Amino acid sequence: MTIPPLLDVRNLKVRYPIKTGLFGKPVDSIAAVDDVSFTLERGETLGLVGESGCGKSTLGRTILALQQPAGGAVMFRNQDVFCLSPGERKHQRRFAQMIFQNPRSCFDPRRTLGASVRMALDIQEMLAPSERDAAVAEIFRKVGLRPEHRLRYPHELSGGQLQRVGIARALILKPDLIVCDEPVSALDVSVQAQILNLLNDLRQEFGLALIFVSHNLAVVEYIADRVAVMYYGRIVELAPTHQLFNNPRHPYTKALLSAVPSIDFTRRHEPMPKLGDPPNPARLPSGCRFRSRCPMAMPRCAEEDPAMTALAAGHDVACHAALTAS
Amino acid sequence: MSKALLAIQGVKTEFRLGRARALQAVQGVDLSISAGEIVGLVGESGSGKSVLALSMLRLVQPPGQITDGHILFDGEDVMQMSARALSAWRGRDVGMIFQQPQSCLNPVKRIGWQVAEPLLRHEKIGRKAAWAAAIDLLRAVGIPAPEEKVLAYPHELSGGQAQRVMIAIALALKPRLLIADEPTTALDVTIQAQILELLSERCRTLGTSLLLVTHDLGVVARIADRVAVMYAGRIVEEGPVEAMLTAPSHPYTKGLIAAAPQLGQAQGGRLKDIPGAIPDLSRPYAGCAFAPRCELRQSLSLKACDNAQPAPTTVGSAHTVRCFGAAGSIQSEMRVTS
Amino acid sequence: MSLVLDEPIMATPPRWRMFLLRLLRNRSALVGGTILLLLVLSALFAPLLAPYDPFKVNPIQRLRPPSWDHFMGTDEVGRDLFSRLIFGTRYFLLICVVTASISASIGTLLGLLAGAGSRFVENLIMRVIDVMLAFPYILMVLVVVAILGPSLWTGMVSIGIAGIPGYARLVRSAVLTVRREDYVLSARALGASESEILFGTILPNVVSPLIVYLAFSMPLAALVTSSLSFIGLGTQPPAPEWGAMLVNSRTYLFSAWWAVAGPGMALFISIFGLNILGNGLRDVLDPRSGR
Repeated sequence: MTIPPLLDVRNLKVRYPIKTGLFGKPVDSIAAVDDVSFTLERGETLGLVGESGCGKSTLGRTILALQQPAGGAVMFRNQDVFCLSPGERKHQRRFAQMIFQNPRSCFDPRRTLGASVRMALDIQEMLAPSERDAAVAEIFRKVGLRPEHRLRYPHELSGGQLQRVGIARALILKPDLIVCDEPVSALDVSVQAQILNLLNDLRQEFGLALIFVSHNLAVVEYIADRVAVMYYGRIVELAPTHQLFNNPRHPYTKALLSAVPSIDFTRRHEPMPKLGDPPNPARLPSGCRFRSRCPMAMPRCAEEDPAMTALAAGHDVACHAALTAS
Repeated sequence: MSKALLAIQGVKTEFRLGRARALQAVQGVDLSISAGEIVGLVGESGSGKSVLALSMLRLVQPPGQITDGHILFDGEDVMQMSARALSAWRGRDVGMIFQQPQSCLNPVKRIGWQVAEPLLRHEKIGRKAAWAAAIDLLRAVGIPAPEEKVLAYPHELSGGQAQRVMIAIALALKPRLLIADEPTTALDVTIQAQILELLSERCRTLGTSLLLVTHDLGVVARIADRVAVMYAGRIVEEGPVEAMLTAPSHPYTKGLIAAAPQLGQAQGGRLKDIPGAIPDLSRPYAGCAFAPRCELRQSLSLKACDNAQPAPTTVGSAHTVRCFGAAGSIQSEMRVTS
Repeated sequence: MSLVLDEPIMATPPRWRMFLLRLLRNRSALVGGTILLLLVLSALFAPLLAPYDPFKVNPIQRLRPPSWDHFMGTDEVGRDLFSRLIFGTRYFLLICVVTASISASIGTLLGLLAGAGSRFVENLIMRVIDVMLAFPYILMVLVVVAILGPSLWTGMVSIGIAGIPGYARLVRSAVLTVRREDYVLSARALGASESEILFGTILPNVVSPLIVYLAFSMPLAALVTSSLSFIGLGTQPPAPEWGAMLVNSRTYLFSAWWAVAGPGMALFISIFGLNILGNGLRDVLDPRSGR
């Protein structure tokens, strides 16, 4: 018998209503996450990349059961997170935490930061009430802040410092999994490096599994073990980081990679990809959804939606052209 | 080098915070842009780069105020212009585009009229001719089916298309200078690549100078001729793009280049971060603003860093740096090699 | 581990002290607050402050102009106006507190439910609120008074009820805004239950707009109550309520102006005070107003 993975996402679908009727019933909806499956082992980091509107943040939130799916299952620690009683769900939440993109908005402006972090312990009733403050001080030290920062209000700290507190709040419950939703996108480059280093240290120390959602490919390459590329609700390529960045197979992944502006001066004159404009998410093309912008599109792409298929060990891709080429 | 189109000297801009406090956003900046040149102005948030860009056009709004300095455009003193001359100059000779194209377009007007408006105002042409010109302008910025798109309203455009429209409007009168403040920051990478290409292509074709304000060195590396790096209200290093990226002198520039993870870089190792945070610009300080975060200062332990402002030192052709340590180390290196 | 800036960390003063400090620096909050304080003091110590019994009729002294004995004059049955005005503060504050607590408590609860409840609950509450709003304010008050009979209490209750929709709408829109904030999502991710989120995180963040609205709506309620008395549907004589006093003396407007001026000025100053207090609070409670 094999040990089941920490997280097993099966055929997950999430839909957003875009039009509602007179009495609030959804009439039309778009698929933010459309039939997504993957697994994540303990201590592993999965990068989730894609452009805005591709559903990567929605996927992250749905895994934490912060959003209701339209179909599919998320097995976390061997339990389906959508079929839990309120008590079970509360217990389950302890093991899966979240770090937000904007550290300015993820703290209650009326609480001190110490109180915000302590709230995690209070809600989960971890430790004796008298030990909680000491635990908060300890975790503040761990993320590179001083215990005195506990008395501060959110508006008194810089973005980088606040993101450290955000990490502290997620970490204090000793979770198995943290979903990081664009954790460094709102930060300046110099501070971004501090936070990435911190995350990198902590995940090793705590044996954390991370789902690292980002639009920044270089950041994902730096931190992830495996990377999933999303396009309009679908994972189109999933591979170990090294393989995905050095041998991308899906034309969308290739386009993304060549579009990243590099500070390497020798790459200055490399041609940039000429992708057309993105499609309307409510009216995606038939068959393969990338077809309308794909340089390799062929007749078959209009008829048949490509399924995720293994090209090599652990390297899955959903593209007719890539499969025929190999 | 050809004569400067825009030259600013010693520009200082501050924002009054209260009776006795002011935020020194720009603390004495010299910068010049030649005709047809693309200059990248790079800095992190709070470095004063956007305020500097606004100051160049005297567009700083109260409580902000330009307190000192000269701004010369083609030999004409912008600081002395009357309100009327100023707005005529801005309309005719300079264009500006911003980070959020959607919020810069008037939501209740068809984009055709928004593109045609500067033509109607500054060139004596009729509505029909202006409309036709608008279609041509939209075609030039790569809007598909411009004959139909002129009738669209801004909300019907994607972010990338809206930025193309903004570029069309900004370049409608063939200005001699275009200032683009983070023009691609709100866009996806694949769209960003296209917009950068478009910006550089249009500016080179029209002979328009471009000041590209951005936090992303990668963007600058792609299209700029020259780069100026700003930190805490001052330009700390300035030079040709190749020299700046391959042989940066200022520890801050070096730090910026090292801190951003790059594609294809070895994975897993530690990123070289710049410890600490930007200084509070409402508190005056004597020394180099970067000193508290500077590695070089720690290793050289130079006293000057805390007590005086470094003067610009030339370290290469048209490459200057404001750093006591960097200038010194270059000299010592030169001594060793010669 | 990463370096932490070595700037000294001073303890932030407690929130209430920061609030008080800012309140004292804000001129309109200061003036409004002082007026409110004076009202409260005179209501508390009315028997000590008033030189005469406010109910004692003295036909000999009727309609006397201001003098050393009665420095605001007397009314048509010879009662000392100044004493009646002092005791009137009790009525004024009573009206403010009762009407405001009826409308604020019910309105806030409905607003919270509408903002955080299911779509069905929201629709139900908001449609009822819409109907209440479509009904003219005064007409609604008149209907309630007509049913319950004219008295101070029915006046206050009816005005309290009429004020509910305003609070409910305010709170609902504030909840809808706060509910979208990341820190609410974060509380949910930490495992907080819906009621913990609603009362622990959302409610404290809608309190500031609520306080401001309170300061603005209290004088309005007081004004309407006084108007009710003025048309004879509110406080009944001989209670020294300012509105009722205005009614009684209006027939002597030309012969004894002081009998009208006294309660008129008292109403004006009190309502003005509460209004500018509201203005001041709005500035003080706005987080963007700096430290």
